[in-house]
Amino acid sequence: MFDFQIVSTWLHGVLTGVMPEWAAILTESVLVALLIITLYAVFAIVLIYMERKICAFFQCRLGPMRVGKWGLLQVFSDVFKMLTKEIIEMRQSDRLLHNMAPFLVVAASMTTFACLPWNMGGHIIDFNVGVFFFLAIGSIGVVGILLAGWSSNNKYSLIGAMRSGAQIISYELSIGMVMLTMICLTGTMSFSEICQQQADYGWNILRGHVPAVLAFIIYLIAGNAECNRGPFDLPESESELTAGYHTEYSGMHFGYYYLAEYLNLFICAGMASTIFLGGWAPIYFPGLEGFNDVMAMIPGCVWFLGKTFFVVFLLMWERWTFPRLRIDQILSLEWKYLLPFTMVLLVVMALCVSLGLTF
Amino acid sequence: MFVILAAVIVLSSIATVVTKSIVRAATYLLFVLLGTAGLYFLMGYTFLGSVQVMVYAGGIIVLYVFSILLTEGGKDEVFKRKAKDASWAFLLSLVGFITFISVFLTHGFKAAVLSAPSETANAATTISSIGSNMLSTGENGYLLPFEAVSVLLLACIVAGLLIARKR
Repeated sequence: MFDFQIVSTWLHGVLTGVMPEWAAILTESVLVALLIITLYAVFAIVLIYMERKICAFFQCRLGPMRVGKWGLLQVFSDVFKMLTKEIIEMRQSDRLLHNMAPFLVVAASMTTFACLPWNMGGHIIDFNVGVFFFLAIGSIGVVGILLAGWSSNNKYSLIGAMRSGAQIISYELSIGMVMLTMICLTGTMSFSEICQQQADYGWNILRGHVPAVLAFIIYLIAGNAECNRGPFDLPESESELTAGYHTEYSGMHFGYYYLAEYLNLFICAGMASTIFLGGWAPIYFPGLEGFNDVMAMIPGCVWFLGKTFFVVFLLMWERWTFPRLRIDQILSLEWKYLLPFTMVLLVVMALCVSLGLTF
Repeated sequence: MFVILAAVIVLSSIATVVTKSIVRAATYLLFVLLGTAGLYFLMGYTFLGSVQVMVYAGGIIVLYVFSILLTEGGKDEVFKRKAKDASWAFLLSLVGFITFISVFLTHGFKAAVLSAPSETANAATTISSIGSNMLSTGENGYLLPFEAVSVLLLACIVAGLLIARKR
């Protein structure tokens, strides 16, 4: 397996050779930030195209076909359209908060994006308490959504923001409990150690068998709700609230919400692939040495991206299959069914681990 | 780095107090709390920093904004405070400030601050050691306060249900 740490230590060595320590660290930080922002934009474009095509196939349509071959340039033209649009300012609204809210959402989303393990040794943020840090930073985005709804000075935006806030806070509980279940199995909260374990002993979803599979299914449901996507896309249900909390946004400020929504989908899928499907770890069957060696040839980032896009496909499948729920149904689904179930699941997983029933 | 964070904290704190809109005050408070979390990260206490972000920035501020929006408090832009209330608040904060400065000057914290530990330097505060100390009854054990806090939370939940129940 290729260890990305070789590259980063080599780069650090080269940079410290030509400049002092602090300047080298500063340069590396700027490089990493540029890399994150570029990846963020590229993945957003890929995901938007993917969503349009998958949605179209589920509805027996063709999707975008006119701009470029198979509509490949459609998203680029949409991006340029959005960049050239005017940013409209509302009268009698709080301009400062109105302009700041998208940045809060995007900053929270980018910080969680940086937590993903891309390759062996290719982590950007890797704390001892990685999973907990991920959940903590993810919860800041809610503030941005609430402020957006309030500062738009529009009652539909406000209702959308309140719904979105209530929904995200509720489903965060389920996600936290599911992650606790898996931490119970791995015994560590650091993303690099979680991945390393799965590279050594096999993927968590196989090691934890029944409780892990159930936790994965709950994660898929709660993850879609956490990203405000259908069947839980009530905050922006077009028929009742025009576009929810971002009704009054135009131009690139709306673009930030759009970006954050798709990247939250990617982050959610990336987290599922890290915690359940092994992150960058290749598939591993004990006993089949030749097969395992061939699989280990494939670089870790390819494994990670492959698994993540597989989970993205699962989430999109879920979105375009089920009809939208009502707000009370969404909240009772979380508080009356998912949360008690995840609590039981946590106890079952703890029993399995303590009785040695996991692999 | 410390200077940047300190400037953010100080400026946002002042902005929190002097702003006239209550939603803006809550937003500036968010930056104060995030800056405090940044100080914890700077000292290498990643767990404490994450708790700060999760509980204060993600929990308390969301709760504040929610309650402001639900009670329509966001609409009254200007507070009309009487001079008497303001003078009491001023007196209290003056006393607090003097206490803080006197403690700061008498205890010589500066040297300890300048040699701030990093995450690798104090490996004792990993999440596993926090967890085992939290649930141990021996030396450095926090089982009794931990359980006492859980009883408090249970009482809060029961009280909330009692208020919200259908009669």
